[in-house]
Amino acid sequence: MTTMSSAEPTRRDFLYIATASVAGIGAAATLVPLIAQMNPDASTIAAGAPIEVDLAPIADGQVIKVFWRGKPIYVNHRTKKQIEEAVNVDVAKLPDPQPDSARVKSGHDQWQVLIAICTHLGCIPIAHQGPYDGYFCPCHGSVYDTSGRIRQGPAPLNLALPPYEFLSDTKIRIG
Amino acid sequence: MSGHPTYQPQSAFMRWMERRLPIGGLIYSSFVVYPVPRNLNYWWTFGGILAFMLGAQIVTGVVLAMHYTPQVDFAFNSVEQIMRDVNYGWLLRYLHSNGASMFFLAAYIHMFRGMYYGSYKEPREVLWILGVILLLLMIMTGFMGYVLPWGQMSFWAATVITNLFSAIPLLGESIVSWLWGGFAVGNPTLNRFYSLHYLLPFVIVGVVGLHIWALHVAGQNNPAGIEPKTEQDTVAFTPYATIKDSFLLAVFCILFAWFVFYIPNFLGHPDNYIPANPAVTPMHIVPEWYYLPFYAILRAIPNKLLGVMALGASILILAFLPWLDTSKVRSARYRPLYRQFFWVFVIVCVGLGWLGSKPPEGNYVLIARIFTVYYFAFFLVILPVLGKVERTKPLPNSIAESVLAEGKPIGAPAPPPAGAKV
Repeated sequence: MTTMSSAEPTRRDFLYIATASVAGIGAAATLVPLIAQMNPDASTIAAGAPIEVDLAPIADGQVIKVFWRGKPIYVNHRTKKQIEEAVNVDVAKLPDPQPDSARVKSGHDQWQVLIAICTHLGCIPIAHQGPYDGYFCPCHGSVYDTSGRIRQGPAPLNLALPPYEFLSDTKIRIG
Repeated sequence: MSGHPTYQPQSAFMRWMERRLPIGGLIYSSFVVYPVPRNLNYWWTFGGILAFMLGAQIVTGVVLAMHYTPQVDFAFNSVEQIMRDVNYGWLLRYLHSNGASMFFLAAYIHMFRGMYYGSYKEPREVLWILGVILLLLMIMTGFMGYVLPWGQMSFWAATVITNLFSAIPLLGESIVSWLWGGFAVGNPTLNRFYSLHYLLPFVIVGVVGLHIWALHVAGQNNPAGIEPKTEQDTVAFTPYATIKDSFLLAVFCILFAWFVFYIPNFLGHPDNYIPANPAVTPMHIVPEWYYLPFYAILRAIPNKLLGVMALGASILILAFLPWLDTSKVRSARYRPLYRQFFWVFVIVCVGLGWLGSKPPEGNYVLIARIFTVYYFAFFLVILPVLGKVERTKPLPNSIAESVLAEGKPIGAPAPPPAGAKV
């Protein structure tokens, strides 16, 4: 191949650059569907739509487990004693400080809705267990209180809350 | 092949790599400075196109496999889910199904090129036979892939083709139930076809490696069919062949895109959008277009075993081509009589393809039989005889001469006649 050294860019330079640019854009465009296809598809997204949970059958002190977007969720009908124990706490001394009022909807503090995934490595903590009668994770011994806050053990954070709202006093929509 | 430059790594990293695993040098000597005949025409670009299509099928296939379920109750719906729910699923599916058609189109053109220019002749016999093996692997892979959507055609094509093996005397029935994994085509069959459909393309990649190796040992054939003699006869692969391959690849991809985006179901059979029903055989079972010529040959023979043998023979006979063709002249450019028989052969192949799509009735049967006779006669009678009796045209002295001087001799002119003024 002959090389031409010249101060002016030539037609050949233009063609080379133009071709390389179009090829580059084409390559990038080709990657888009190949990568996008791994994102959740329409049926998976549809299956992740919000769910409604009827609270009426849940007795005082009872915890039920429902699934939303593949995650287990505890809906806990807390007793008066559990609510008091959750509220009467020095928040500043907690490993992950958070008042109980920030973890319930106002006017509905007997209902606790938590994502039942231990914030340590992901096991499901068992309800009504542990020294606080809250939750206890059997995998590595994390202890949560009646508000789902971490008290002892390796977990770094309180149990997470899913997005939810009260449609009526006896029905919530999660998601 | 000696004399062309060796790879000189420019960066410290490449110098380090080159001493440990000289991939840079391999690519440089195989695809950059590698000498190719300077007279290659566009029929020589299909090898590169085939390599691209193999990559495209593997990439789209692996990605489709993330969403497909290989179980008889779910397979059809999983494909529909790909088409409707998966992001760009419709595109990936159509790329893969039309990609298979484009893959075979390129393969047939590539083979016809080889037959026309004598690329199968000494010393490229093994190269050609590796190609026949590649064709067989492609046929197997394509067949199993077509079963996976589990539509009516998927199921019944699987039933018909696996039943071919029952023609084998004594062992036939055992072989068929071994293939099926049961008493009929069913879930075990689907599962194993899925596994093998995923596997064989990588076997193809391996054989393609051997194919390119064999090619690089002998060097490319060329339209004149004479070997390069001097450096004037060749040019470096990069940029000449690289750009030529890329250009026709782009044109080929336009055709590919035409099918994918405008007529994605044109080459397919509408019955494959009906879920498989083992109780109902479709009116006309036909394979995809790329199997039709072989299908026509199978149906042309009225005997079951002989029909199956003819089908096998129609592909295997290709492997013997280097020895069946007795001509010392490679390229059909210089074989005027062979050229005519060759084009009739091409018409016969296309005609057999068309006949394969027709119901086996009436005149279609007669013509299919005539064409089948020509197909085999071409290899077994015409080629051996032609080599002995044909008067070939004179070959050019060198490739450079045939390209640069349009046939006129290059080199020192004849000395002036005695007595002329100098």
